[in-house]
Amino acid sequence: MWVYEKKLQYPVRVSQCNPRLAKFLIEQYGGADGELAAALRYLNQRYTIPDKVIGLLTDIGTEEFAHLEMIATMVYKLTKDATPEQLKEAGLGAHYADHDKALFYHNAAGVPFTATYIQAKGDPIADLYEDIAAEEKARATYQWLIDMSDDPFLNESLAFLREREVVHSQRFREAVEILKEAREQKRFF
Amino acid sequence: MAFTNRKTYTPFIGRYDPCQPIRVKTYETPPHLYLGFQPPGLEQFSPKEALKRGTLWKALYSPYTSPYGDYR
Repeated sequence: MWVYEKKLQYPVRVSQCNPRLAKFLIEQYGGADGELAAALRYLNQRYTIPDKVIGLLTDIGTEEFAHLEMIATMVYKLTKDATPEQLKEAGLGAHYADHDKALFYHNAAGVPFTATYIQAKGDPIADLYEDIAAEEKARATYQWLIDMSDDPFLNESLAFLREREVVHSQRFREAVEILKEAREQKRFF
Repeated sequence: MAFTNRKTYTPFIGRYDPCQPIRVKTYETPPHLYLGFQPPGLEQFSPKEALKRGTLWKALYSPYTSPYGDYR
C-alpha cells in the first residue's frame, strides 16, 4: 500500500501561459519513455526479481508517480486559462476537440499510451538493463524539453526531474552489480 | 583538457547543405556513467541544497543548459 503526501516532490512554477509547451511536456506524461511508463514498468517487475533489488524498484516506481504528478501540474498550469482559440494556435485543437482541457495519457504527437511501451521479460538482467535505458531516454527527453522551453521557472523543475533520472540510472546500474555478486570478490589478474 | 560532461564532435559539412551548418555538435555524458558502484563517504550537499538540486551527492549532480543557447 501507499501513503500519500499532499504536496509535490518539487514545486512547479510557470511564468507564462504557454499551451504550446504543454503539448511538448505531454511526452513525459503518456509517452513511451514517460513517467507513467516508468512507474508501471518498475512496480510490475518487482514480483519476479531477486529480493535484494525489490525495494529499489518499489522506491523508484513510487517516485515516478510523484514525477507524473509534477508533469500533470505543469500541463494544467500552462493550459488552464487558455481560450480554445489559443489552444488551436498552439496545435492543441485536436486535443480540445476530444478532451476539452482534460489531461490524457498520450505522447506529444497525440498517440495514446499503450502497455507495449513496457517490457517484463522476467530475466533480472534484461529487465534492469531496460530500466537503465528507460532512465537515459527520459533524461534525454528532459534535455530536449529544456532546449525548447524559455520559461526559467519551468526549467528549474525540469532540471530537477532530469537530475532524478541520473540518480535512478545510477541506482539501477548498482542493482546490476549486486546481482552479479562480483562486488566484494577480490579480482586476480 | 579539463573534464566535462558535454562532449563534442565535428560532423561533415556538405557544400550544399540547406540549413546553416552547426559545425560543432554536442552530446551529454552525465557523471553516473563514470561512478561505478557508489563508494561510501562521498561528499554531500546540505539537506536544503539537496532538495533543490535533486541529489544528495555532489558526485552525481549534473547541471544541464541548452547547448543551443547561442543560436536562439
